[in-house]
Amino acid sequence: MRFSDSIFAARFQITLADLNRYLAEALSQGGDYADLYFEYLLTSSIGIDESIVKSAAEGVSMGVGIRVIAGERTGYAYTDHLVPEKILKAANVAAHIAGGPAKIEKFDLNEGRRHNLYPVLTAPTETALAGRVDLVRRADRAARAYDPCVFQVQATYADNLRHVMVATSEGVLTIDRQPLARLSVSALARRGGESPQQGRAGGGGRVSLDFFLNEKTPEHFAREAAREAIAMLDAADAPAGEMTVVLGPGWPGVLLHEAVGHGLEADFNRKGVSAFTGRIGQKVASELCTVIDDGTIHNRRGSLNVDDEGYPTQRNILIENGILQGYLQDKLSSSLMRSHSTGSGRRESYAHIPMPRMTNTFMLAGQSDPEEIVRSVPKGLYCANFGGGQVDITNGNFVFTASESYLIEGGKITRPVRNASLIGNGPEALKYISMVGNDLRLDEGVGVCGKSGQSVPVGLGIPTVKIDRMTVGGTA
Amino acid sequence: MTGNHLLDLANQVVRDALARGATDAECTVAEDDEFSVEVRMREIESLKEAGSRGMGLRVLKGQRVGSSYTSDLSPEGVGRMVRSAIEIADLTSEDPHAGLPAPEELGSLPGDLGLYSPAIERLDPADNISRAKRAEAAAFDADPRISNSDGASFDSGAARHVFANSRGFSGEYRTSHCSLSASPVARDGESMERDYWYTMARDPQGLQAPEEVGRIAAQRTLRRLNPVKVDTQKVPVVFEPRTARSLLDSIFDAVHGMAIYRHESFLAGKLGELVANELVTVVDDATIPGRFGTSPFDDEGVPSRRTPVIERGVLRNYLLNTYAARKLGMKTTGNAARGLAGNAGIGHGNFYLEPGVQSPTRILAGIADGFFVTSLMGFGVNIVTGDYSRAAGGIWIRGGELAFAVSEVTIAGNLRDMLRNIEAVGSDLEYSGSLASPTVKIGEMTVGGK
Repeated sequence: MRFSDSIFAARFQITLADLNRYLAEALSQGGDYADLYFEYLLTSSIGIDESIVKSAAEGVSMGVGIRVIAGERTGYAYTDHLVPEKILKAANVAAHIAGGPAKIEKFDLNEGRRHNLYPVLTAPTETALAGRVDLVRRADRAARAYDPCVFQVQATYADNLRHVMVATSEGVLTIDRQPLARLSVSALARRGGESPQQGRAGGGGRVSLDFFLNEKTPEHFAREAAREAIAMLDAADAPAGEMTVVLGPGWPGVLLHEAVGHGLEADFNRKGVSAFTGRIGQKVASELCTVIDDGTIHNRRGSLNVDDEGYPTQRNILIENGILQGYLQDKLSSSLMRSHSTGSGRRESYAHIPMPRMTNTFMLAGQSDPEEIVRSVPKGLYCANFGGGQVDITNGNFVFTASESYLIEGGKITRPVRNASLIGNGPEALKYISMVGNDLRLDEGVGVCGKSGQSVPVGLGIPTVKIDRMTVGGTA
Repeated sequence: MTGNHLLDLANQVVRDALARGATDAECTVAEDDEFSVEVRMREIESLKEAGSRGMGLRVLKGQRVGSSYTSDLSPEGVGRMVRSAIEIADLTSEDPHAGLPAPEELGSLPGDLGLYSPAIERLDPADNISRAKRAEAAAFDADPRISNSDGASFDSGAARHVFANSRGFSGEYRTSHCSLSASPVARDGESMERDYWYTMARDPQGLQAPEEVGRIAAQRTLRRLNPVKVDTQKVPVVFEPRTARSLLDSIFDAVHGMAIYRHESFLAGKLGELVANELVTVVDDATIPGRFGTSPFDDEGVPSRRTPVIERGVLRNYLLNTYAARKLGMKTTGNAARGLAGNAGIGHGNFYLEPGVQSPTRILAGIADGFFVTSLMGFGVNIVTGDYSRAAGGIWIRGGELAFAVSEVTIAGNLRDMLRNIEAVGSDLEYSGSLASPTVKIGEMTVGGK
């Protein structure tokens, strides 16, 4: 997209001369670098509960965030009023992180390189709302039809269209239009007077509405949620203590996100507060493990044509054959570490300072047949699905919670067990991976990652893996 | 914009919505100013200063609802928002329980609730920076093993909350807040640990001294060093106030009116039953002056109040908004909470466990072998079933005393049993945010380790 075609030029009459003026104001006190992040965000959401479409909402928000870097210091200000006097005022507030005469006054803004990973002509947000209301109705019907034990269904469809423009004092000008959609279904099932069980499923990505009509339908997600709820009805108590754990393919990639991903974000390593600090070149996983963070996969939830600092995203190798390769870098950390941005600078909105984040994080497929992996385990736990996870990046301890798991007895998957958390230590846990399946699967597109109060969409993936030793937090 | 102007705007939006065909309407306006400074290794790392505002509208057309919001408060922006909400209401379903509170339920608590201090606007950025620097320095000075820092920060802000509806409610209030936190990193040989401490208040005078914040943060960090992973076993578990608050969070989720009518809570259908030990009394009180869970009215314009939730172990009340109350054939408890867009959800006021009589030292004294939990991670609480399994760190209790650091373990049980198994409640209730708990001892949980 060209600058002159962007919503910022067309609707808000922002000119290249304006951008120059704002950058000059931002650097008027002697800062080393400044960037402007313009955002115009349209959102919609629709919810069904008890087969009644109880809520539907649309909204619009906009603003510009202005950042000035002076040495290791960052000044930040934003305004939600896209008029010159407010933007100049914000630029002036941010400028005062530095103190001294302006060093740079002229900026040669050129439209930078970007991918075209989500060529969605009409974003879901731009379609008639009635068509999207139908998605949640279909999900509700399908989950209820799956099994008479299903007695409560909630489905939420949400999408947004984010127009972004980044202009930097280094002359980079990038414009992007980022669609995002997600359908989530929750089903509750109950048998007789027993306690109900919940199943959840969902997915989406940077896609057009066709995705939900032709590829992954509401029925697909609804049946998956209902299936999980029904499967858990017979769950026994989960085991406690160290044991062999097999992770199924797809969303269980949350292991990688927590165990290594966060610990490899450059800000923590620049500050020396990560358990992975100083470990580049060292063995941090079994040689079967190659872990990638790739922001360039077409239509994925975690993908971006450019990151939120105007750099094109890329495919970054974090761990190769067990050896730690590098960190996820943003502008600030890479300049202080004398490295390069890896296209990993992200922020929740114009009101937030960017920092290094993951995009789509996954492990490459190995050689093993998934069935053979399960057969090789005399006694252990098979985890098909997970909820969220968390990590303490300093001591490296992480946790993620199984939402659907089964005992493995004599090489066979047997009884389902109740939700239990799995824990480990980042630099150690992946060393116990002894088999990697040939069935890499990416998740269906529901992930949200939180860091320092900022949420961003991410993707995950993993093939079936066998971990010889992991602590399971059950009660039995 | 002044408060009166925003209130007038909200009332105008409600009138516009009715003129365009809404049968009822409610409008929320929020305005926020924030300032924050982060320091690290005795230097400023970032300064942030900004303000923003937004407006949301929810309309009813008969029994159908539609919502919209905007950050564009220009006449065109507001006009688009109103039209959008009206159009959306044609696409949702007839919901027999949708509706606003009855006019006699609306109102606002009288008097000054101490939610706003003008001192916030007079804060000097240089003082704020100095507070954060002093907190971090105090952590460094506490012990040579505090050799690194994840920073210290000072945040402050003020907000204005405006709400008007078509049943005649129109009200606004201002709030202010400030907080100071420090997050030191300690190293001893191969062991590296981080912890934090913070203080927050409506008025800067209410904050702990920066030196105190730094000292406590350092002490909390140091006591985590060189942890061991214990064997899997069943033992008594003691939650210190900071981690016990998370149990209150789970109790709140379990008495949340929406979860109740959907049967999504292990406490659904248990009103009047003994659900916890008799030592347990849990209260939601949004009327206590100056506290972070206090407000004159909820987000549907219903006056805030005090609601006993669990009294001496017996479940007395769920927390409800108008919608959940109608679904359950009850009355709202004034717990509606919402953002700018969408239907009201449910939030808590000051939600706390009443203190008992034993000091924390007394509680520990009776335990031969047990686990004192100082940190929790993960999302392993299932409110539907009550299943509880989280990652934990803390200190092992041996012979009634805190003996050595423990990490990389899980604690697990079921909330139904855990609540009945609360064997002691400490006398040490202290507020910082809107959730508060004294020290709590649970008779037995499974600690998952080696």
